[in-house]
Amino acid sequence: MNKGATPSGSLQSAERRVFVRGVGILTGVIALGSPLAALLPGRAWAVELRVLSSAEAAALLAMIRTIAPHDSLEDAAYALVVNAVDADAAGSPPARADLNAGIASLGDGFVVMPEEARIERLRHIESGAFFQSVRLKTLLVLYNNPIAWAHFGFQGESFSKGGYLLRGFNDLKWLPEVPLADSGPMPIA
Amino acid sequence: MPQFEHNDTDVVVIVGSGAGGGTMANELTRRGLKVVLFEAGKRQSLASFSQNPGEAFAQLTWLEPRSQSGSWDPVKTSPTLPAWHCRTVGGTTVHWTAATPRLQSYEIRARSTYGDIPGASLADWPIDYAELKRWYQVAEKRLGVTRRNGNPGMPASNNFKVMYAGARRLGYKRVHTNYLAINSRARDGRGFCIQQGFCVQGCKTGAKWSTLYTEIPRAEASGKLDLRSGCFVTRIEHDDAGRASGVVYRDSAGAEQRQRARIVCVAGNAIETARLLLLSESGRFKRGLANGSDQVGRNYCHHVLGFVFGIFEQPVSFWRGAVLAGVVEDENVHEPRRGFAGGYHLELAMLDLPTLPLIGLPYGWGRDFASVIDNYRNMAGMLINGEDLPRADNRITLSRTLQDGYGLPVAHIHCDPHPNDLAMRAHAAAQGKKIYEAAGAKRTVLSTIPPATHQMGTARMSHDPGRGVTNAFGRTHEVPNLFISDGSVQTTAGAANPTLTIVALALRQAEHIGREIAAQRL
Repeated sequence: MNKGATPSGSLQSAERRVFVRGVGILTGVIALGSPLAALLPGRAWAVELRVLSSAEAAALLAMIRTIAPHDSLEDAAYALVVNAVDADAAGSPPARADLNAGIASLGDGFVVMPEEARIERLRHIESGAFFQSVRLKTLLVLYNNPIAWAHFGFQGESFSKGGYLLRGFNDLKWLPEVPLADSGPMPIA
Repeated sequence: MPQFEHNDTDVVVIVGSGAGGGTMANELTRRGLKVVLFEAGKRQSLASFSQNPGEAFAQLTWLEPRSQSGSWDPVKTSPTLPAWHCRTVGGTTVHWTAATPRLQSYEIRARSTYGDIPGASLADWPIDYAELKRWYQVAEKRLGVTRRNGNPGMPASNNFKVMYAGARRLGYKRVHTNYLAINSRARDGRGFCIQQGFCVQGCKTGAKWSTLYTEIPRAEASGKLDLRSGCFVTRIEHDDAGRASGVVYRDSAGAEQRQRARIVCVAGNAIETARLLLLSESGRFKRGLANGSDQVGRNYCHHVLGFVFGIFEQPVSFWRGAVLAGVVEDENVHEPRRGFAGGYHLELAMLDLPTLPLIGLPYGWGRDFASVIDNYRNMAGMLINGEDLPRADNRITLSRTLQDGYGLPVAHIHCDPHPNDLAMRAHAAAQGKKIYEAAGAKRTVLSTIPPATHQMGTARMSHDPGRGVTNAFGRTHEVPNLFISDGSVQTTAGAANPTLTIVALALRQAEHIGREIAAQRL
């Protein structure tokens, strides 16, 4: 849940990193105009994995995209969830085994299946612990970081900017204004 | 700050520092009494409140598990958090959204008004409405409630403009920016609301009333308050005469300690208050302290809840502004032709990211789910808050399966919604949908039942010691120096967000204690 403090999360610039540890690697390229562009020196990103192979990570990313399909949200945001799931399993051999087995249960070719087939596959396992834990982790990580906030429009905390009082809390113009009797005055002119 | 001796038999012990306990601490120290205020959580401040929603949740929330059973949605949809309240100095007044409506007169006469509804344990409150109203007025002045006592209403936010347009087009008459314990202008040494939209994470300006920075510092300034944060009370003890003699607690280092007391007030939020009474069973009080009536833990109410969202063609930016600054009051009536007893409020609401996907949506996953969040900029939101009916078997017991870090059973929540609750929710959801459609929504979404943020009824008031845990002053029938000072005492839930009622009853209870001490009856 602390990913919000570091906007790029676990993403590193692929141009700078050295592949030393980790059994797998998840890579991608951020889109032009992405909020991430300001955070990374190059457009390529990479997540170094501790438990998952590259193929497993790709399958997990496809699963997370099927759970939360935002077509215009780039893979870099989803990779934060892959990284979080991978990190959770790293400390415990049983958790590693569960994760490996869970991803295996997605079956061969999951990554290249059409969405309907992926949904069908996930329906078969959605009551199980693996699916539920990945779903919960997706909600907790995917929507709690500045990449997602920028994408969906949530402007987040406002205390450091003086609140929204003078920054649009009442700027809606496509409906009538509320009479003063049913609302109240601005506290400052 | 004074540190009273563990064997000081002259102190009043208060368990819990929220709306009830924090207010009691101020009121009793003001009357010259020595108070030891226990709070299980840590002390935060305006400066330390995190502004990351996930971090703030972890900082403030009561995260110990509960076991649970029954057909109530959160048993299934929110098993790790069926009830959402706080564990921090100031209690749930740190994260509350500060809506402060009054209960209506018909609501405290629910049994007389609604009749005998099968499957419900309705009862009338043992208080006259005129008396309750008098204390509401005192509480509203204390909290600086908007639209009362000359305090201006809050200005209309974007989210409220949508609610207002739809509700008025639908014919609703009593629609306004709500009664809020939030400063709409500077008062009481605190500034005005700057519309941060982060009420739930802790108000960084202190414009929202919380005991953390109002009642508790005032009690501290009296020199009579010993606040023990990070200290968890595990048991209330009694003497041979059956009077409360003190409490057993774990200090902030986890060591077991005992504090003697002349009076004990329990204000742990209705789930933990019931748990503490049950944990305090003894040879004399075999079913739990003050539980001869077998009503401790029963009649657990949490309101009929649900979010309704409207998705529009144009931006709303509903995250900007005080969260609950709007209400439709017209349905807060008893009108059986709607197909249910009691009434409800439709209150303005918004959810941040990631809270919206965690508790606000019914779909679980997939395209229906994701497409709501894709429209986050163009959403408006409201919260259904209605009266749920008390049921004898909707209750808090001690868990048989889960224990806390000290090996004590955690609270077990059993809850089956009454058919009246479900009928009310369906009606409210349909009205919410109509409101947004009248304002031009292209899609509306009804949430599952979210975690309970209002806990009530688990130590209900009754004149009859056989039918309730406390009398009309929150004083337990069986233990004359044991008081319940939180929402547990509500005989029924009504449709009002409970904090104003908790404060009003605490103010009244403190006056009662002062009078009883003066008359040497306590």
